[in-house]
Amino acid sequence: MFLNHIWLIPLFPAFGAVMMFFFGRRLQKATVSAVCVGVVVLAFLFACFTVVEYTDFANGTGRPFEKIVYTWLGGGDGHLDFVKRDGTLAAFNADAGFLLDPLSSIWLLFVTGVGMLIHIYSVGYMAHEGGYYRFFGYMNLFMFTMLTLILANNFMLLFVGWEGVGLCSYLLIGFYFHRKSASDAANKAFIVNRIGDAGFILGALTLSWYLGSFRFTDINTLARSGHFAIGDPVLTIAALLLFVGACGKSAQLPLYVWLPDAMEGPTPVSALIHAATMVTAGVYMVARSNAVFVLAPTAMKTVAIIGALTAVFAASIGLVQNDIKRVLAYSTVSQLGYMFLALGVGAFAAGVFHVFTHAFFKALLFLGSGSVIHALSGEQDVRNMGDLRGRIPTTFKTMFIATLAIAGIPPLAGFFSKDEILWQAWRSADGGFPYLWLIGFGTALMTAFYMARLIFLTFYGQPRMSHEVEHHIHESPKSMTGPLVVLAIGSVCAGWLGVPPSLGGTNAFGKFLEPVFAHEASVAPAEPQEPAGEEHRGLEWMLMLLSVGAAVVGGGWAYRHYANAGKDYPEPIAVKAPPLYTVLYNKWFVDEAYDYAFTGRRKIGNIRLGAMGAGEASSWFDAKIIDGAVNDVGWVTRAVATLSTWWDKWIIDGLGVNGPAILARMISYPTRLFEWGLVQWYALVMVAGLLGFGVYYVWK
Amino acid sequence: MVPITTLHYLVVAAALFVLGVIGVLTRRNVVIVLMSIELILNAVNLNLVAFSRMWGNLHGQLFAIFIVVDAAAEAAVGLGILIAFFRNRETINVDEIDLLKW
Repeated sequence: MFLNHIWLIPLFPAFGAVMMFFFGRRLQKATVSAVCVGVVVLAFLFACFTVVEYTDFANGTGRPFEKIVYTWLGGGDGHLDFVKRDGTLAAFNADAGFLLDPLSSIWLLFVTGVGMLIHIYSVGYMAHEGGYYRFFGYMNLFMFTMLTLILANNFMLLFVGWEGVGLCSYLLIGFYFHRKSASDAANKAFIVNRIGDAGFILGALTLSWYLGSFRFTDINTLARSGHFAIGDPVLTIAALLLFVGACGKSAQLPLYVWLPDAMEGPTPVSALIHAATMVTAGVYMVARSNAVFVLAPTAMKTVAIIGALTAVFAASIGLVQNDIKRVLAYSTVSQLGYMFLALGVGAFAAGVFHVFTHAFFKALLFLGSGSVIHALSGEQDVRNMGDLRGRIPTTFKTMFIATLAIAGIPPLAGFFSKDEILWQAWRSADGGFPYLWLIGFGTALMTAFYMARLIFLTFYGQPRMSHEVEHHIHESPKSMTGPLVVLAIGSVCAGWLGVPPSLGGTNAFGKFLEPVFAHEASVAPAEPQEPAGEEHRGLEWMLMLLSVGAAVVGGGWAYRHYANAGKDYPEPIAVKAPPLYTVLYNKWFVDEAYDYAFTGRRKIGNIRLGAMGAGEASSWFDAKIIDGAVNDVGWVTRAVATLSTWWDKWIIDGLGVNGPAILARMISYPTRLFEWGLVQWYALVMVAGLLGFGVYYVWK
Repeated sequence: MVPITTLHYLVVAAALFVLGVIGVLTRRNVVIVLMSIELILNAVNLNLVAFSRMWGNLHGQLFAIFIVVDAAAEAAVGLGILIAFFRNRETINVDEIDLLKW
């Protein structure tokens, strides 16, 4: 019953968004909260029942449930037919269809679940902000589009959701639109995402041009049918294009630049959209098209390498940032890198597992940081924090748990998912992946360091805030701490769903997802065979110990340097390697490099540099040289035409046509003197003539 | 009494003709000129009729009637033109009617 009405799930928050759009202005805050939180709670409950019913339906086989409500685009009437690559016709067909399988079930549950908690949290956090109804309207709209994205059964509907979440992200980053930086950040996010979206739509269209369908089930069936060789060039291109889309949405190199700036939005937005849900859409999409990616080893390698590089790159920036939300933003980028690393080495289930656990502890970290900011009257700079652990205890405890979880301390959630990824990266035999493990390991070390640094600077040491701010410190209301506690429980327990066999678990999470990725396990050599051999167990334990050791070392290092941080505490990296600190503090100068290379903000005189400069140069070239040549040709034509006109007018018409006429006229002047118009003179001439004739004849 | 021969007619006709020509050439009034043309035409008629009588057939008579009709038509058209002309120029002096030069 719930399963058949799965299409209702996105419509709950859509209803809330529509209500806010039309009536939000006139509603009381209490009503707004009731409606907007209520619809998300309803969506969550409905989703839970749906998934329960689905597990009955699938009965362990993991067969997908597909519900097509109506055909939304095309429809087989022949108007939108297109020619496939092999020359046959295919109908362009996109349904308003919903697909529920283990993969989308997981996303459905944590998006609605975490979304619900963040909505509840927002009631407290946004209580004193203007635009209350606007905020909740956007949040509900986001939930609607995100659920559309997750539940879509084809690439086109997924793209609708994909663009929808991008729009909501834009609206919410720019929520404080009166602030220039917020509006700039919103534009940046939207424009950078646009690059990724172009890749995504091209990839989706390439796939359908090759395979003849947008529907995931069709694409998977075809891709798994064995008709396509591993390394098929078209599929490789399609997969790479899709990955460009994922890079934009999930903030991977080189398109990650928007995510740190996106922290200009309200903190619940950062938690919901830019940590837990939207930015994992890229992971979802790649996992969803796993059948295609597996056939494209080049694309897989690209995904793995980009993921690993992003992980270490973002983590290195996170080491030295001072804005509490920016540290978390770089942490998010880094963790997303982990997820792509997992996908890239073929460990799809591990990647999805990390998305799942990450949603809990990263949402918790953001909400916790929101609570800290709330307590400190809007202060976001960790240099002005310190010694908060006794003053906002709930926030401290829950954030501490989340930090342990993200650092990978067993038995918290992050440990299981991260070590699963590292283990899979190590053992995937396909060409030098231990290097990827090494990168992942280094990232784990950095993660532990920067997270511990954040906690120590915020909650330990000496208070560094002004007296005024210190006086106002207060624990957040129940509506905010409640979700923190729930998420903390999630951060502790979520990992237990995926305890690997080597630790005596069954990896229930992996088992649940197995039907989605099972086939890939047999195709991709990168996917390890289950169960792990006994001889690997020792190695696996060793790697686990290593990464836990890294977490402890990173945390310990941070403890030594920051636990007693007073005013003007020294940054260890700044002390030991000032140039490195400068580079990291300035985020590797990537924004500056982009200014040089793409945005055109750097100029020499009036000439922009980079791509914009090239654009302007080609515009100038077009206007001056190409159009100039065209104009010159036009000028020559005109000159020739002028000459030709002159010739026609003066030579042809003048000499040839008017000349004889003028001549005739000239001759006429003397001739006409003979005629002066007196009739009687003419008559006299006639008479004279007559007389002449008469005389002639008479005298002849 | 000398019988009236063809020669007599011809002399009278010639005299009429000369009178007509002199009238055409010398009078400035167009009406008089037209009347003089009538004299010339009638001189011709007289010739035709005289020769018709001499030869004893009616060919000349026939031609004379033609010329009478012709003269009537000519007078009608000529006087019409003259009235139209007078309305425009308020003159019927033939030496002022000189627009047909070219």
